[in-house]
Amino acid sequence: MGKVVGLMGDEAVAQAVRQSNVDVIAAYPITPQTIIVERLSEYVANGELDAAFVPVESEHSALSCCVGASLTGARVFTASAANGIALMFEITFIASSMRCPIVMAIVNRAFSAPINIHCSHDDTVALRDASWVHLISESVQEAYDNTVQAFKIAEDPRVLLPTSISLDGFILSHCLERIEMLDDEVVSEFLPPRKAEYKLDPEKPITFGPLALYDYYFEFKRQQEEAMRNALTVVKEVAKKYEEISGRKYGTIKKFMTDDADVVLVCMGSAAGTARVVAKSLRKEGKKVGVLSVRLFRPFPTEDVRETLENAKAVAVIDRSSAPGCVGGPLFEDICTALYDLPERPLTYNIIAGLGGRDITPDQIKQMYNIGFKYIEKGKVEDKVLWIGVR
Amino acid sequence: MSYFRRLADLPKEELLAPGHRLCAGCAASIIARLALKATRGPTIVVNATGCLEVATTIYPYTSWRVPWVHVAFENAAAVASGIEAAFRIMEKKYGVKKPDIIAFGGDGGTFDIGIQALSGALERGHDFVYICYDNEAYMNTGIQRSSATPLGAWTTTSPAGRVIPGKLERKKDLIGIAVAHGVEYAATASPAYPLDLVNKVRKAIEVDGPAVLHIISPCPRGWRFDPSETIEIARLAVETRFFPIYEVEKGEYKINIKVPKPKPVEEYLKRQGRFKHIFLPENKWVLERIKQTIEENWNRLLELAGEK
Ligand SMILES: Cc1ncc(C[n+]2csc(CCOP(=O)(O)OP(=O)(O)O)c2C)c(N)n1
Repeated sequence: MGKVVGLMGDEAVAQAVRQSNVDVIAAYPITPQTIIVERLSEYVANGELDAAFVPVESEHSALSCCVGASLTGARVFTASAANGIALMFEITFIASSMRCPIVMAIVNRAFSAPINIHCSHDDTVALRDASWVHLISESVQEAYDNTVQAFKIAEDPRVLLPTSISLDGFILSHCLERIEMLDDEVVSEFLPPRKAEYKLDPEKPITFGPLALYDYYFEFKRQQEEAMRNALTVVKEVAKKYEEISGRKYGTIKKFMTDDADVVLVCMGSAAGTARVVAKSLRKEGKKVGVLSVRLFRPFPTEDVRETLENAKAVAVIDRSSAPGCVGGPLFEDICTALYDLPERPLTYNIIAGLGGRDITPDQIKQMYNIGFKYIEKGKVEDKVLWIGVR
Repeated sequence: MSYFRRLADLPKEELLAPGHRLCAGCAASIIARLALKATRGPTIVVNATGCLEVATTIYPYTSWRVPWVHVAFENAAAVASGIEAAFRIMEKKYGVKKPDIIAFGGDGGTFDIGIQALSGALERGHDFVYICYDNEAYMNTGIQRSSATPLGAWTTTSPAGRVIPGKLERKKDLIGIAVAHGVEYAATASPAYPLDLVNKVRKAIEVDGPAVLHIISPCPRGWRFDPSETIEIARLAVETRFFPIYEVEKGEYKINIKVPKPKPVEEYLKRQGRFKHIFLPENKWVLERIKQTIEENWNRLLELAGEK
């Protein structure tokens, strides 16, 4: 029946990994991910988790080690953030191209410099094009649930791609929340030991990671693209199966009062909770507002986003990372692209907020909605990209 | 202890198939082929980016009759760590038999960009054999200097210029680095001494933990000599004390090929275009420095081996 516990985000991820029949964990500590690594090494040291914990000397080696382990057919987990993700960047592309269903927790932290340990989504969005499935968590419960589902998605033969689960650094990683944990046996049944079809097996030697130039490289990439498209279906299927064991519903996006909303705020991560609180109170004032939060950042759920937003008059998109020199933040560009083919498009504007862990406050969210109403009144967008909360 | 007494004792089976596209006279293929003959059972090969990797696995072909994996340039030791850790736990959990693991890296992938991953893997004590085939430069990208390039050598990034006559720094002591990690077995070898080489590979495999082999790998293209001379050059490197052959077992140094009467190093250097410039009168001092380095290294080795 599961049990209700109080856990911080990092602890919840570690608990989910402990329950998921993981074989190898290779990770390097970085705030705010550290607790995950500490807990997992404790579980292994205490015999609560029958896995190898490889205390690697860097994040580059962490992911390299995971690739090697994953190719043996083992179930593999790692976790990192910001600078760690930047250091392993080379291998993130290789892991997906070599079709390693590694699961990685990204505990969102701002890229240096200045060095900062708090939340921006820089690290997750940096892996946007790395051919990983990216799941985003809004709460500690979701971080737990996403972790369990991630293994199932990644290892599906139609997908075979690494999968990340993101949670906001400190805001979720170090936030004590009431969550419902599934029983060990229930997770174990949901995730029996991995069965890999292609692996490093002396009985059947395979060459992994060859050289392929203009005569074959293109086809490798096409296969990845197809796997990504399949992932869209698989994420939904896994969510359904997960609902059966947990009673909790997941999709590619989460909608809140979007059906008749004039202004919809789009965001990722913990800001969604704040946005919903504000939306609820604005509704009481008679303002038709809604929230769309993105759970599946890649593959991007274009259709679901378009259907949800097509009747809105204005759409505000929060990016918790800056993309200097771009049209707007990365999520904004995705949303605009998704809406582009609509015969009648809502007004769209982008808000850069919450960088380096700065709070995204209810007042700021109110301001974001009000800007939308102002634009609707004027019939046009004045500032396409607004920085809110910056001094 | 010798596992193979004669070359005829080596298995006939070729685990590195012919038909690969390494250059004629490339020692890397000889080293890999011999190393695989020394295996004791199921073996997985990990390969760093470099000549050996690119030329043996041009998709859809492969020369490897063993499971083989290449991930990147600097991480062969980390990839091997993951494979080893995975098999160890899967052996315990599911009864999967753990194979032996050999990682190959060039000198660039070992001495330079891969030194951190190697150090980490050695410190963690994974059970694998790391073989550096040392052709003394980044050959795959066109003969650029590495920290294994010997003093005086020309490369495309340590050119023999009018002001700077080739590389002026000495080679890193890879075996010293491995030994400093406390590895149970580390050794140098040369394809000119194949029995010594295969026995060392086997010894390294038998060690329960990491072992490091540093094997000289003459490169006709990069060193500028005729492809027919690879083995002769490899032998001369030993006979001139330029590349001493020794092993370190549990910290004990032992010189395996004694060179009581070394040949003049000029015999080795003159055979290779990469050292041509040091025979110009104005570069005489470079030649002197090479000789001095050889002497220092050899004396140090004698001391370490307790022969002095
Ligand atoms: C991170 C990274 N940097 C640079 C390269 C380009 N590169 C490929 S192979 C190579 C040199 C390999 O040299 P070495 O390890 O000595 O092996 P060899 O080619 O001589 O066999 C370089 C620089 C790369 N593939 N990856």
